[in-house]
Amino acid sequence: MAIPGKISIWFFIGVLLAFYGALIFGYGIYELISGVLPPVVLAKLYAPLWWGGMMLVLGLFYSIRFAPGNDSTS
Amino acid sequence: MARLLIGNHIAQSGLAFFLPSSVLAHLSIIDIVIITSYFVMVIWIGVYLKGQSNTSLDFFMAGRQMSAWIAGLSFLSANLGSLELMGWAGSAYQYGILAAHWYWIGAIPAMLFMGLVMMPFYYICKTNSVPGYLKLRFGESSRVLSGVCFAFMTILMSGVNMFAMALVMKVVLGWNISFSILMSSLVVALYVGLGGLRSAIFNEVLQFALIWCGALLVPILGLIEAGGWHNLQAKILMNYHTSEYTHLWKGLGHFNTNAMGVQWTGIVFGLGFVISFGYWTTDFLVVQRAMAAKNLRAAQMAPIIAAAFKMAIPFFVILPGLLGLVVLHNNDGTLMHLVGQDATTIANPNSYNEVLPLMMERYLGPGLLGLGITALIAGFMSGMAGNVSAFSTVWTYDIYKPLIKKDGSDSHYVSVGRWATVLGIVVSIGTAYLVMQAAGIMDYVQALFSFFIAPLLGTVLAGMFWKRATKAGGFWGLLVGTVTSVALYAWVRVEPSALRYVAFSPDAKAMAADLYRALWAFSSCALVTVIVSYCTKPKPLSELAGLVYGASELPQQEPVPLLKNQWFWAAIVITVFFIVNIVFY
Repeated sequence: MAIPGKISIWFFIGVLLAFYGALIFGYGIYELISGVLPPVVLAKLYAPLWWGGMMLVLGLFYSIRFAPGNDSTS
Repeated sequence: MARLLIGNHIAQSGLAFFLPSSVLAHLSIIDIVIITSYFVMVIWIGVYLKGQSNTSLDFFMAGRQMSAWIAGLSFLSANLGSLELMGWAGSAYQYGILAAHWYWIGAIPAMLFMGLVMMPFYYICKTNSVPGYLKLRFGESSRVLSGVCFAFMTILMSGVNMFAMALVMKVVLGWNISFSILMSSLVVALYVGLGGLRSAIFNEVLQFALIWCGALLVPILGLIEAGGWHNLQAKILMNYHTSEYTHLWKGLGHFNTNAMGVQWTGIVFGLGFVISFGYWTTDFLVVQRAMAAKNLRAAQMAPIIAAAFKMAIPFFVILPGLLGLVVLHNNDGTLMHLVGQDATTIANPNSYNEVLPLMMERYLGPGLLGLGITALIAGFMSGMAGNVSAFSTVWTYDIYKPLIKKDGSDSHYVSVGRWATVLGIVVSIGTAYLVMQAAGIMDYVQALFSFFIAPLLGTVLAGMFWKRATKAGGFWGLLVGTVTSVALYAWVRVEPSALRYVAFSPDAKAMAADLYRALWAFSSCALVTVIVSYCTKPKPLSELAGLVYGASELPQQEPVPLLKNQWFWAAIVITVFFIVNIVFY
């Protein structure tokens, strides 16, 4: 939803995904550096790293693309 | 659909989440930060949208400004509650891929029909609700009957969602039930009360994003562990010595050749036609989302977009259930056997419906687990908010306005809508505690939906596609269809062996009862509507303009490029639908 002068829902989603992505990606980096893996199956695939990274990129894209004042889809 | 069928499944297994075995997952600080920030976000959205919900059009119909994408994702998410996610994952563990029928034949054709054929009527008559359409077509009595039934159902379902969420949080995280109920109700009351339907829709779209991000990783990692789809099939065959878990249609030749105890006629006609069309085309909870679209084309595209995503949902709902059959093991290395709730023991402490949290706990470490739990919480809250916002609209427009105060100002009705939201939440809390005291009530609450949806389909279809249908025909058809459904339910409840007559087979099982009862209710509604209509005087054709196919001039839509044409996308979706059914035959 994009109405002139109003914040798009995609912006809210982008902010939340970027925040979550940053947290999870950050934890993934910690796992990689420290070598401390959680007791879950396939922990060696470092899912937080690539899944969190993907969310961060997606979230940033939506946050910037639909930022208030920057939303040209109105 | 979740409300209709999965609830029955959960209830039939004795309120599946009711007996916590032990806490399934433990949260870290990062998980708690993720969950907390979700609550902060939804409250922020509610506060932000308050200023945009000052008129009744804004509050109840979100200003009719939604794009096709927003309306479509909201249309889908209103149905994608956590009760559905966890329940159907459990069903997949229990029945195999047969559970996917509720996502494919039980949804896709009806959603496309809704978008292409029915939406123009809902949209051009500018009604605010499905009961509102019945009023225009069949008069006040049909509207009030339908409105009261719907308001009653939604408010009870909101309570069931509230209780289910509290119970899941207790089982999965060990949270106190009252804390979960109060926390979720306060947040939902705040954001729906402030922002109305617009707020509910925003949060549904947010929930949609969270569910994809939070739940999609489980089947991906599960498939990696299982060694791919073909290895998964082979392992299921090796462990359970049957191929029925991975075939959609192969075992449906007879009631006794599949674990569900259903036959293809029940799936095709009961589920694929009556229940599916009844839910997706007449349940105001979902229809309201499409009606909030900014123009007719967007309103038509909304269910089509929703259908495209609906087809993908079995990937993170059904697949985890199937994966659970082969990857879940006990500490001693033996295969874990999840059982019905009433069969849990110290040796088998977990039920089918815990399969999704078990799979999350298996693969998701700190952060990702918080994300998965947040997706579940978002699903529950969205389920509550969807029901409460639909209740608020139907209460205000279809009960309060015609029966209590006909000449109120616009701001008065907005105020009534806000108070109805609060009232709805309070009653929901009462329902949640009622269900807590007597678990069997949940079964009845869930069954209520099947009572009303099937006959309502008969009435709405007759109204929209048959000019001869009269006011009396519509009302009596709806009433008799509903009574038929209630009577059949009560008959099987009192005398379980009666199922052989309702479902036409001594081998039919509980799931078949829902499908065939819906067929009976629809048929009786249609029959009575036809008979009474032929005995009474129809409305003149001039009064049916905008309400009935053949008596209405549908608005001419401007030509658009192929990629924006609703018929083009519907053709793609239905083609993919046939392909997946053939692939998983």
